[in-house]
Amino acid sequence: MQPKTLVDKIWARHAVSVLEGSDTLLYVDRCLLHEGFWWNVVDALRARNLAIRRPSNIIACADHFVPTTDRSSGHAGIADERRRELILRLENEGRDLGVQVIGMMDPRQGILHVVAPETGITQPGMVIVGSDSHTSTHGALGAIAFGIGTSEATHVLATQTLWQARPRTMRITVDGRLAPNATAKDLILTIIARLGISGGAGRFVEYAGPAIEALSIDERLTVCNMSIEMGARAGLVAPDEKTFAYLAGRPNAPNGADWERALAYWQTLRSDEGARFDQEARIDGSAVGPMATWGTSLDQTIAIDQPIPDPAIESDPSRRHAQERSLAYMGLHPGDRLCDVPIDYVFIGSCTNGRLDDLREAAEVVRGRHSAVPAFVSPGSRAVKRAAEAEGLDRVFVDAGFEWRDSGCSMCAGANGDSLQPGQRCAATSNRNFPGRQGPGSRTHVMSPASAAASAIAGRIASAHRLKTPA
Amino acid sequence: MTPFRLLDAAAVPLDEANIDTDQLAPGRFLMRPVFAELLLHDRRFERDGTPRRDFVLNDPAYAGAEIIVSRRNFGVGSSREFAVLALPAAGFRCVIAVSFGDIFYNNCLQNGVLPVVLEEPAVDALLQALRAYPGLHVSVDLPSQTVAASNCGPYPFSINAVRKRCFLEGLDDIALTDRHSEPIAAFEANYYRAFPWLT
Ligand code: SF4
Repeated sequence: MQPKTLVDKIWARHAVSVLEGSDTLLYVDRCLLHEGFWWNVVDALRARNLAIRRPSNIIACADHFVPTTDRSSGHAGIADERRRELILRLENEGRDLGVQVIGMMDPRQGILHVVAPETGITQPGMVIVGSDSHTSTHGALGAIAFGIGTSEATHVLATQTLWQARPRTMRITVDGRLAPNATAKDLILTIIARLGISGGAGRFVEYAGPAIEALSIDERLTVCNMSIEMGARAGLVAPDEKTFAYLAGRPNAPNGADWERALAYWQTLRSDEGARFDQEARIDGSAVGPMATWGTSLDQTIAIDQPIPDPAIESDPSRRHAQERSLAYMGLHPGDRLCDVPIDYVFIGSCTNGRLDDLREAAEVVRGRHSAVPAFVSPGSRAVKRAAEAEGLDRVFVDAGFEWRDSGCSMCAGANGDSLQPGQRCAATSNRNFPGRQGPGSRTHVMSPASAAASAIAGRIASAHRLKTPA
Repeated sequence: MTPFRLLDAAAVPLDEANIDTDQLAPGRFLMRPVFAELLLHDRRFERDGTPRRDFVLNDPAYAGAEIIVSRRNFGVGSSREFAVLALPAAGFRCVIAVSFGDIFYNNCLQNGVLPVVLEEPAVDALLQALRAYPGLHVSVDLPSQTVAASNCGPYPFSINAVRKRCFLEGLDDIALTDRHSEPIAAFEANYYRAFPWLT
């Protein structure tokens, strides 16, 4: 039998029918929706008089518009009426339609891409789609997971399937081991900087190799989360003992005899020896160091101690033009070193870096020090928040002058109103540095939690290992 | 979905790479229905709402355009369908670019906006012609899968055969699946027998 990739295996198991040799009607295990697009999907279902085929396979979670302060006031604490209305629509309509609702006050609430893995909703071998591009995150547990638009989501709710062209596959092998000062975020930023923002265009990317195997599940989630930033459709890591240990005992994971059956199946989920990928890339994991973005697209990323590139020496005219525009927008000059750039704000959180490992990494850096700029932490979920508090991380952050907030997407995209002022420069652990992402005129530098924490202390972009030890 | 066959219309040259979804439809407008000014709102308007004179979409020479010609990575970014819906709301039915954001491309297909991928030299030629002759018509012919404008082209483009048929017939995915609905139930019966913990 011809050796198969992991993606091909999962794909074949979900193919309901195939049209003209290419387009597959793909069965979907779970569909994730947030309040930002829930109403579009429900309105579209109503307009066509369609029912939800399997409500219990649909997860509706409030994350984009929820406030990160004053959660105890409940819905009344949401200043903006329209946001409150859209959260209530998700909660009330979701309940009426019988989908799994994780509302704003639910103890499980958090960012969808944090909540679904940590509650065991995300499982190996699944096809998971979501009304959000960072649905690629869930691939870290060995699932095919990708973002779709609201029309496609409407189709999924009505039919539990989706039309998809045959997947093109790519393997990114990361050799060696990450150095102690490098994080999973630095790794994925390095990969994107190397391959470019269309380096994975439309591909289903499998991350493999010793450096990937050595990552914790939280770290793999960070890597898969940003697959979309190199144009990939999805990113995934073959499930292994770490994956199984992570899932065991989670509320939505199988248990008892089902667990044994599931495990036996999950253990078959890996690319066969000799399987052919449409594209291959190799990265030296041991060469990765602290990285940050300097511009407004994710390929505009350099090591934190490096000078910002000079467009004058860029030979590709369209890339040169993009660099010039980025420099103007970001208010930077070629040759400036990133680690000399002063910042106004620090945001630690998001579906990329809002998990317990991330908060530990940042807390380690700020412990016993004090932030030079306004800074806050928004844990990726209420469960992460509780776990962090149980370890005393909240105290570490508060003592260092950080605000310790509630969970949600928050300042990643500012959809809930947590935004920067025009021109403000932010060290952020989120995933996008697009113009206006954190509010009109905002300037975002994407980096790891350790570097964002170090930047808060230094008041300028910094990496943790370059900080002076506290007096 | 309205069928799409031949579009012969004025086109606007948006000579930039990476027109991302945050620019196409800024996040703060996603809570309300789509409106005509949504498309590239913060590029088109000052903070006080006055149109920015220097932005090409506001140039009266390109008024009435139904096609956008742009560069690499058009629609890169989030899954927000508003980034596509903003286009027809502003009168556009087709985007020609060197490459597209993956989800954006699919969202176009769901909404009758034709995404056309052309090679960089073809896009260069179109952009140049549109700047030299504002108001120039570009003609996008789906049945023959070609783009042409006065002495540019015809340039061939590719599109998945199923998608092409859906565009020509004005069929969206739900209508397409209706024609294939029987196998789903059979698939589910078999699937949940194998994976009972997934029900
Ligand atoms: S945290 Fe940011 S990237 Fe993640 S789902 Fe929320 S808005 Fe999207």
